[in-house]
Amino acid sequence: MKMQSAWEIAEGVRKGSISAVEIVEEFFERIERHDKEIRAFITVSKDSAIQQAKEIEKKRREKKLGRLAGVPIAVKDNICTRGIETTCASKILKGYIPPYDATAVRMLKEEGAVIIGKTNLDEFGMGSSTEFSAFFATKNPRNLNHVPGGSSGGSAAAVAKGLSAVALGTDTGGSIRCPSAFCGVVGVKPTYGLVSRYGLIAYANTLEQIGPIANNVIDAALLLSCIAGHDPHDSTSIGENKDYTKLNSSAKKLKIGVPKQYFEEGTQKAVSDAVWRAIKKLEGEGAEVEEIDLKSVGYALASYYIIAMSEASSNLARYDGLRYGFQDSSGARDWSTLFSKDRKAGFGFEVKKRIMLGTFALSAGYFDAYYLKAQKVRNLIIQEFQRAFKKFDVLIGPTMPTTAFKLGEKTVDPLAMYMSDCDTVPANLAGIPAASIPCGSSNGLPIGLQIMAAPFEEGKILNVAKTLEDILGVYAE
Amino acid sequence: MKGISREDVRHLAWLAKIELSAQEEETLSKQMAEILNYFKVLDKVDTKNIEPAYHVREIKNVFRPDEPRKANADEILKLAPTKKGRYVKAPKIV
Repeated sequence: MKMQSAWEIAEGVRKGSISAVEIVEEFFERIERHDKEIRAFITVSKDSAIQQAKEIEKKRREKKLGRLAGVPIAVKDNICTRGIETTCASKILKGYIPPYDATAVRMLKEEGAVIIGKTNLDEFGMGSSTEFSAFFATKNPRNLNHVPGGSSGGSAAAVAKGLSAVALGTDTGGSIRCPSAFCGVVGVKPTYGLVSRYGLIAYANTLEQIGPIANNVIDAALLLSCIAGHDPHDSTSIGENKDYTKLNSSAKKLKIGVPKQYFEEGTQKAVSDAVWRAIKKLEGEGAEVEEIDLKSVGYALASYYIIAMSEASSNLARYDGLRYGFQDSSGARDWSTLFSKDRKAGFGFEVKKRIMLGTFALSAGYFDAYYLKAQKVRNLIIQEFQRAFKKFDVLIGPTMPTTAFKLGEKTVDPLAMYMSDCDTVPANLAGIPAASIPCGSSNGLPIGLQIMAAPFEEGKILNVAKTLEDILGVYAE
Repeated sequence: MKGISREDVRHLAWLAKIELSAQEEETLSKQMAEILNYFKVLDKVDTKNIEPAYHVREIKNVFRPDEPRKANADEILKLAPTKKGRYVKAPKIV
C-alpha cells in the first residue's frame, strides 16, 4: 500500500475526502501489526489521539482546520507532552506526566496534528544507536539485525516503517540526522534558535534543537514551518515564523562546497561513492562544485563531547528524586546519600559516564585544559564555517561515515560509538542548520547525504534536498 | 593526566552525587582514561588569542515583568514521590 504523505493527509482532511479518525485508526493498526518487531514506541496514546481526531472532524464543519489537520505524528520521548508520560527513556523519569506541552508540541496541536505516541531514544539522547534506552532497543526497519541510529531512533524507525506520518526528533550532535540516514528518511536539524527548546528536556542546551523527521522533503518542510519561530519561554529562540514549503527544485548556479575531511579514512567506500554520485547529479543540473579544506572539523568530535558532557553534568543535576521522578526507598536520611542513591538506580551507565566526565572537565585544575580549550576550538569551527559560507551556498558530505551498524556492535566500545558522530557534530557546535536525505543504499541499508548551510538558511537546504529527491526519488527498499 | 584511579572516580562520583557499584567504578576508571586521552587531541590546536565560544551567538539577559501566571499546582504536586500535605518532603539538609 502506498503511504500517504503528511501533506496529502492534511489536504484530504481539510477537503473532507479523508476522515481524521479513520486515518489515525489506520496508523494504530500499523503500529499494532509492526511495532512488536520494531519497538519504536515507548508509549502509544491511542485514546487521546482518537479524541483529538474527533475534535478535528468537528472543526472541519466550522472550516477552521490547520496546516497539519489529522496528520499522525510521533514525538520523541524527551519532549514534554501534557498528560502523556515523558521518560527520556530513563528510569529516573518513569511515570513522569508533564503538566505542560513543549512549545513545539503545542504549535503542532494548534495546526491539527494528532500525537499518536512517544518514541524511543538513547537515555536522555546520549547515544547514536538507541541501544542505550533504559527500556529496550529499537530495530532498523530496513534490516532488523541493525540499529536504527540514534538518539532519535524510535522517531526515524516509526516514520520509515509507516507507523507515523511524520515525527519530531531532537539533535544535540546528530540525533536527528544519524537515524534519518540509517533508516532512509529525511531529517532536519534547524539553526540553533529557530525552534523553541521550551519543553525539550535538556541534555546539552547550547547544542540541541527540535526538528522534523519525514518520508519526503516537502513533509519535513511543512513540519518545520509549523514549529519555527520565537517563543517567549525560550530566550535563545530568535527564529522567524516562515513558510518553508515553497520549494524551488533547481541547482542552477548553486555553489556547493565539498569538505575533504568528510571523505577521509573511516568513511565506507559505498558511502563516499553514493554521496559523490549525488553531487555529480547536482553539477549536471548546473551547480558549481568545489572541494574545500575544513581543517578544524577534525577536532570537532573531541570539542563536542567535552562541551556536551559538561553541559549534561549541569543539566542533569536537577534529578534529585524529590519533586518528580524516581526516589530511592531504602530510607536514606541525609540529603547527599538519598540524592546519590536516587541517581544510582535512576540513571543508566552511559548517562553516569557522561555526567562523570563532564564533572571532571568542569572541575578545578582541569577546567582550562578541557572545557575552556573545547570552547576555544568551537570558536575556530564557527569561524571556519563562516568563511566557507561566504563562498558557498551549501556544504555537502555524508551524514554518517558508514551505513547502520549491527545491534551490539559498538555498545562495549564507547569511543567507537562516539566516533560515528564525526560528520554530524560540527553543525551543532556552529549552530548551523543541517539535513540528511537518502541518496542510495549498500547491502540493503540506506545511505544519508548531509547538506549544511549558514544560520537560518534552511530554505537553501530544503531546495537542494528537493532537487535531489526529484532526481533520486524517495528511498525505496 | 596519567589515568583515572578508583580514588579519582570515587571523588568525582561524590561531586556528581552518584553512588557507583564496585563494577561501575572499575569500568569507569578504564573508560574515562581512554576517553580523556582521546580528548588530548585538542592540545594540537593553536588557540592562542582565541576567545571561547560559550554560545553560538551573542545572547543577553531578557527581562520581563514579574507577574504570576496560572499553573495547576495539584498537577505538579502529584508528581512528587513523598509529600506532607501540600509540601514536598525532603531529607534533612543541615
